[in-house]
Amino acid sequence: MTNLDQAIDCDVHPTVAGMQALLPYLDDFWREAVEERGINSLETVSYPPNAPLTSRPQWRGSSGRAATSASDLAAQVCDRWHAGIAICNCLYGVSLPFSEDMAAAFTRALNDWLAKEWLDRDPRLRGSIVVSLQNTEYAVDEIERCAKDARFVQILVLAMQETPLGRRALWPVYAAAERNRLPLGIHAGSTFRHSTTSLGWPSYYIEDYASHTQAFQSQVASLVCEGVFAKHPGLKVVLLESGVTWLPAFLWRFAKFWRGVRSEVPWVDRSPAEIVRDHFRLTLQPFDAPADSDIVERTIDHLRSDDMLLYASDYPHWQFDADEVIPAGMPLSLRRKILVENPLATYDRIKLPGAQIKA
Amino acid sequence: MNIEVRRPERAAKARIGIIDCDIHPKSSLDDLRPYLSNRWWNYLQTYGQRQRHGYVKGFPYPKSQPLACRRDAWPPGGGLPASDLDFMREQHLDSYGIEWGVMNPLSPSGQGEQNDELSAAMAFAANEYQLEGWNKRDPRLKASVIIPYENTEFACAEIRKRAGDRRFAHVLFLSRTSELLGKRRYWPIFESAVEAGLPVGIHVFGYSGRPMSNTGWPSFYIEEITEHSASLQASVASLIIEGVFERYPELKIVLIEAGFAWIPALGWRLDQNWKRMKDEVPHLRRAPSEYLREHFWVSTQPMEESEDPDHVIEVMDWIGWDKILFASDYPHWDFDDPFRALPPGLTEEQRNKIYAGNARALYRFA
Repeated sequence: MTNLDQAIDCDVHPTVAGMQALLPYLDDFWREAVEERGINSLETVSYPPNAPLTSRPQWRGSSGRAATSASDLAAQVCDRWHAGIAICNCLYGVSLPFSEDMAAAFTRALNDWLAKEWLDRDPRLRGSIVVSLQNTEYAVDEIERCAKDARFVQILVLAMQETPLGRRALWPVYAAAERNRLPLGIHAGSTFRHSTTSLGWPSYYIEDYASHTQAFQSQVASLVCEGVFAKHPGLKVVLLESGVTWLPAFLWRFAKFWRGVRSEVPWVDRSPAEIVRDHFRLTLQPFDAPADSDIVERTIDHLRSDDMLLYASDYPHWQFDADEVIPAGMPLSLRRKILVENPLATYDRIKLPGAQIKA
Repeated sequence: MNIEVRRPERAAKARIGIIDCDIHPKSSLDDLRPYLSNRWWNYLQTYGQRQRHGYVKGFPYPKSQPLACRRDAWPPGGGLPASDLDFMREQHLDSYGIEWGVMNPLSPSGQGEQNDELSAAMAFAANEYQLEGWNKRDPRLKASVIIPYENTEFACAEIRKRAGDRRFAHVLFLSRTSELLGKRRYWPIFESAVEAGLPVGIHVFGYSGRPMSNTGWPSFYIEEITEHSASLQASVASLIIEGVFERYPELKIVLIEAGFAWIPALGWRLDQNWKRMKDEVPHLRRAPSEYLREHFWVSTQPMEESEDPDHVIEVMDWIGWDKILFASDYPHWDFDDPFRALPPGLTEEQRNKIYAGNARALYRFA
C-alpha cells in the first residue's frame, strides 16, 4: 500500500462565499462599481449553487455552501483523504465579464484573495492563477504577477471560451506558462460566449454538465492542430474535471483523420495520440465509468499511458460516495503513480516536504 | 481509408452480401430540375442557396481534396464522383458484392437552407431523383427521405408522402441542426417517422449557423471533421434526456459517419449525473445508457482504429454486436474498404452481423 499522506489532490474548489469576500482585494474604482452597480454575485450556472453535483449535501455549511474556508477544505481533503498537498482551483466567474477591464480587476482580486485567505492559512494548499483570456496582455501580466509566489502552481482557464485555445493570438499566454514552469489547467466551465453545446442550449443541467466533455475534445484538437506544442515543447496541459473515459475514442478518431489530412497541419509531425500522451494530463474525478472494476481496468488500458492520470477528489463536487476517490478497478500498480509521481512530474513547482519519495 | 481500385473479381471473395449503410450518390441541380417548380428553379438560378455559411460555392473549411472524394472515383466518362451509376457499380457495388446500399445524398438536397420553403422544395426534388435516377435503375440502392428538418411542418409532410414506400430506408437528418435534436420542435418529425415505420438516420455534416464547437470556430478542416462526433454527442444526450424515447418508444436512430467508440463513455457520463440528479428529469424511467443501448444504431465508417486492435473490439462489445452497421462512405476520401475496414480478431458471427445481419434486421429490405 502506498503512503497516502503524500497524495497530491490536483483539483479542489474553494468557494467564494459572496462578493463581500472580494471587496478588500478590489481597487477603489471597482469596489465602488460593485456597490453602485449592484454587482452582487459572479457565481456561474455551470455549478448551480443548490444542485446536487455542486456539493455533497453533508458538506454544506449553514450558508448552504461547502468549502467556504481553508479549514473546512483541509479537514476533508487533507485530513480525511490524506492529501499532503491540494491544488485550489477557484471557479468563481471572474473570467466571464465581457469587459476586459472588469475581468482583469476581478481575476486580480480573486488571486489575491486565494493567496491570503487560503494559501496563507494552510501550508498544504497550492493555488491556480485564474486568468481571463479576452485580453492576452492582461492575462500575461497577471501570470507574471502571481508567478512570483511559488505557491501558485498552474494557470487556470475554463473549457468553453470565445475561441478555441490553440488560436495563435493566445500564444503569449503559453509562452508565459512555459517561462514560469506553470502547466495550463483547463477546467470544466464556460465563459458563455457560445451556447453550451455546438447545437444550442440544452434544456437540462445534466446535458450542460455532459457538454463540458465536448469542449475538452475541441480544446485538445485545437491545441494540437494549431501547433502549440511545436512552438512550446515544454508546455503541459492539465484537463481538470474533464472526465477521463472519453479520451481514447477521441484520440482514435483524431489520429485517424490526422493520417488522412495531415498535410493541412504540417507542423503536427507525429500522431496526435502521441502528442496528447506527452503533453496532456487529466484529473481522476469524475472518471465517468460504471462501478465495474473490469470496465475501469479496460478503460485505463485504452489510455495506453501510466503517466496521464492525476489524483483529484474534485471536492466539494459530488462525484463519488463515501471515500471512494479512486474508482474501484484502478490497478494497484498505478496508485502510486496517480497519487504522487504523476502530479510531481506535472507540477514543477510542487515539491514534497522531505523531497524523498518512498515506494 | 484507401484509394485503391478493386477488381470486379474480388466480389467472388465476398462470402456474404454486404449491406452498405452509407453511399453518397451525386446529383446536379440540373438532375433535380424536373422536380422543381419554376419559382424555385428560377430562385436558385438568381439567388442560389444560402446555407448558414459564407460561400456561394465550396465549403467554409476546404476539404482535403476536391469534393472530399477519392481521387480514383471520378468517372472515366466524365461527371462528378458517384454521379455515374455504371461506374459506381463497377468500382463499388459489384466489386464488393454489395447486396443493398443506403443512399444518403448530401448536396444538393436543401438541408439547412435558410429559406424553409426552398429547403422543402429541394428535399422533395432530391427524393424524387433518388427514385428515378438511382433506385429505378438499380433497386439495390435504397433512398433516404431527405427532410427540410428546420421546418417541422414541411418535414412531416415530406415523410408522410413517402410513408409505406419500401424504396426508402430511413428519414435523413444532417447532424448540425440549428438546435439540439431532443428539443420539442423536432418531436413531430420523430412521430411521423415512427408512424411511417422508418428509422431516423443522422449523418454528420451540415451547417447549424453556430460555431462548430462550444468553444468557438476552429481553424482547420481536420478539426471540423473531428468535431462532428462532439456535436453529435450533444444531440444524442438531448434525445435521451429530453425523454424522446419515453414519448416514442418505437423510435430507432442510426448515427452515420459519426464514429461509434464514444458511445459507451457518453452513456457512463450521463448515467453518473442522472444518478445524482434524477429529480431534474422525472420523465426518465431508466438510466440514460439504457436508452442509448436500445434506441441507437451506429455505422462503422470512419472505423475507429485503436493502436491495439483489441481495444476497439472491447468498445464494440460494450455497444452491442447487434447495433453496428457496416458503411463505406463511397465515394469520399475516407472510404472504408469493405474487405479491410473491420479489425482483425472478430468472430465470423460478429462480422456477419456487422456486414449485413444487423442492417437486414433494422431496415427489413425487400
